[in-house]
Amino acid sequence: MKQMAELDYLGLPPFKRRLHDIGRFFVSLPGRLLDLLKKIPLGLKKVLFGIGGFFANIGRIFKEGDLKTRVSFVIMGFGQFFRRQIGRGIIFLLMEAVFIYYMAGFGLHYLADMTTLGTEAVTKTVNKYGLEVVAYKDNSLKILLYGVLTIFIIVGFIWTWVINIKQNALAQKLIAEGIKPKSFKHDIKSLGDEQYYKTLLSVPLLGIVIFTVIPIFFMILIAFTNYDYSHLPPEKLFGWVEFENFRTMLATDISGSSKFAFTFREILIWTMIWALVATFSNYFLGMFIAICINKKGIKFKKVFRTVLVMTIAVPQFVSLLLVSKMFADEGIVNSLLQKLSVITEKIGFLSTPELAKIMVLVINLWVGIPYLMLITTGVLMNIPADLYESAKIDGASGIKQFTKITLPYMLFVTGPYLLTSFTANINNFNVIYLLTGGAPKTMAYEGGAGQTDLLITWLYTLTMQNNDYKMAAVIGILVFLVVAVISLIVYNLSPSMKNEEDFQ
Amino acid sequence: MSANADTKKKFRSKSRKERTTRILIYIFLTLLCLIWLIPFFYLVFQAFRGESRSMVTYVFPKEWSLENFRILFKETNFLNWYFNTLIVALFNAVLQTVIVLSVAYALSRMRFKGRKLLMNLMLILGMFPGFLSMIATYFILKLIGLTSENAIPGLILVYAASSGMGYYIAKGFFDTIPKSLDEAARIDGATRSRVFFRIIMPMSKPIIIYTIMMAFIAPWGDFMYASLITFGHEEAYNVAVGLYKWLDKEHINSYFTVFCAGGLFVSVPVTALFMALQRYYVEGVTGGAVKG
Repeated sequence: MKQMAELDYLGLPPFKRRLHDIGRFFVSLPGRLLDLLKKIPLGLKKVLFGIGGFFANIGRIFKEGDLKTRVSFVIMGFGQFFRRQIGRGIIFLLMEAVFIYYMAGFGLHYLADMTTLGTEAVTKTVNKYGLEVVAYKDNSLKILLYGVLTIFIIVGFIWTWVINIKQNALAQKLIAEGIKPKSFKHDIKSLGDEQYYKTLLSVPLLGIVIFTVIPIFFMILIAFTNYDYSHLPPEKLFGWVEFENFRTMLATDISGSSKFAFTFREILIWTMIWALVATFSNYFLGMFIAICINKKGIKFKKVFRTVLVMTIAVPQFVSLLLVSKMFADEGIVNSLLQKLSVITEKIGFLSTPELAKIMVLVINLWVGIPYLMLITTGVLMNIPADLYESAKIDGASGIKQFTKITLPYMLFVTGPYLLTSFTANINNFNVIYLLTGGAPKTMAYEGGAGQTDLLITWLYTLTMQNNDYKMAAVIGILVFLVVAVISLIVYNLSPSMKNEEDFQ
Repeated sequence: MSANADTKKKFRSKSRKERTTRILIYIFLTLLCLIWLIPFFYLVFQAFRGESRSMVTYVFPKEWSLENFRILFKETNFLNWYFNTLIVALFNAVLQTVIVLSVAYALSRMRFKGRKLLMNLMLILGMFPGFLSMIATYFILKLIGLTSENAIPGLILVYAASSGMGYYIAKGFFDTIPKSLDEAARIDGATRSRVFFRIIMPMSKPIIIYTIMMAFIAPWGDFMYASLITFGHEEAYNVAVGLYKWLDKEHINSYFTVFCAGGLFVSVPVTALFMALQRYYVEGVTGGAVKG
């Protein structure tokens, strides 16, 4: 589809304009991909300049600052005290005091230990009765955990320090211009008004930092250690091994065996196939069923919809565990088929590798179609009816209407949803774990993995059954990389992500 | 005249064709509904089966009884697990709703430095598999003593703490409320917090109900996190972890029908709640899917 002149475009009726947009979007895909590649170095440059600008700014504040401002570089809150912002001054000074106290008594010690993660796990001494006393000394896990915590506290402190300096510079400027800096009372008041976002975001962000950011940072570090079942604190120490775990996962381990790499490759391929097939089979079949239910003249729409929605409502651990038992070797499906003499031998629905893979995909339809039915119903109703009217007048068949109107419209509108559901499927723990638990297991795989295991369920098995934290961490990082790369590409190509303010 | 008959014939054949497609669709949808319902009927039949507590080769029970429920309540830890899950679900419904709505409102209605950066960071964090951070979170909780027997407050903390990243659907909803409403109120002298409580909240009933409902239902189905945090302490299990154990090789022969009874007992209230609030759920997912 060719780009139109602005005037021609504006002269089109609204629904044709929409169709034109959709057409243009698909035509411009390759160009956008190239643009994306060009953007990466530009982004890097911007970041570097941003950092440079930041240091230059701090330097300038020091150069142009008066005595109060300069002393605040060392004693936080000093300037605020002498500019009648006592409340702010007290808070900053208190923060500095707490920080120094923490670092001296606790932080520095752990930070220093971070380099080795401990040198002696247990100490043996002989007490005065001549008995040997064993005591735990260094605990690598605690050292790493507190070390990471200390790093975050330092980062947080530097941030407050910068705010302190910037406030000083601002107050100095205001006083020079003859304006009174804002009072502490005003600060508190503005937390309910112009700065209300700070009130709203502080607790949620603190939660995210403590229970998501710090743990992720910690696990990334674990990927570079040898923390596993043979290095469990407090009895044993673990230490840094650089990129050894990544080498084991992607190429060969120390003994030269590439079994881990083989397992990873196989599971990665299956995870991708699973995510792709599960996403698109659900999408198209869900859409098809939604179209059937919404077709003019079909009655009992509500009944059909309600029955399907029930699978969403029943907790998955009940429905999926039950279904897995129904298809088990000794399960009801096999029993009934044998009774009806359809089969003589039991079918290993979930115990033969190839069939199990097909079965989890099929059962996943049972789980996923209702969601898609709901979503597509909503979108289908939004397609302007006059599009179909004019198509009918032009003599377009039902199939043609579907491929030329319904499908492009759906893909355009639900593009972001497709991406989220694709990444959600990569991490779809419940369906796989509750149905097969990764089974059937095979000797060809390392680390307790089975033929239907996804990366996420393998990660779970490695942690819960094998205590192989180091490899679990490596898998987690690799999953992140896969998801991030796919998302980055799709987000930059999808048009609907960019018009955030369209509705407001 | 002949032309008229021709169009009539054409019309009739068309309507006949439409009728056959309609019938085909009815057959297809009815079959579909059957397939979708079979597991639930199976669940009910097994839960009320009086004879043999293991898996059997027939569907309909020979003897109907409430024996499985008696065992469930009297001889197992099930009620313990049930109340654990209920407490976690109730707390989560409150905390998660407050957090999600706060974050969504701040990111949707207010413009401040670092807003885009914050949203991008949360997006990136969301790309790490949740279980990865859970492993480290487990160690943190263990240090402050909130695992195993104290797993309930631990679980509440974990669910609530990471819920801020799930603001997308609520933000999508707030985005559709015209900004002119805020501005008019601000000109009249209302503060931001007043606008939030007095203007936006009363208009957001659907999304509030949706958020509460999802936050309440999620803990009932969580297996992954609960199994890690309650590891090795049966009294602290939630229903998912507890019932899961009954289907392993050692237990299934004496617990299969009890599992079904437990599953039914958990599913009925959750499903009823869900069905009653279905409208809000549909609004939430369709809105969320369309706006990303």
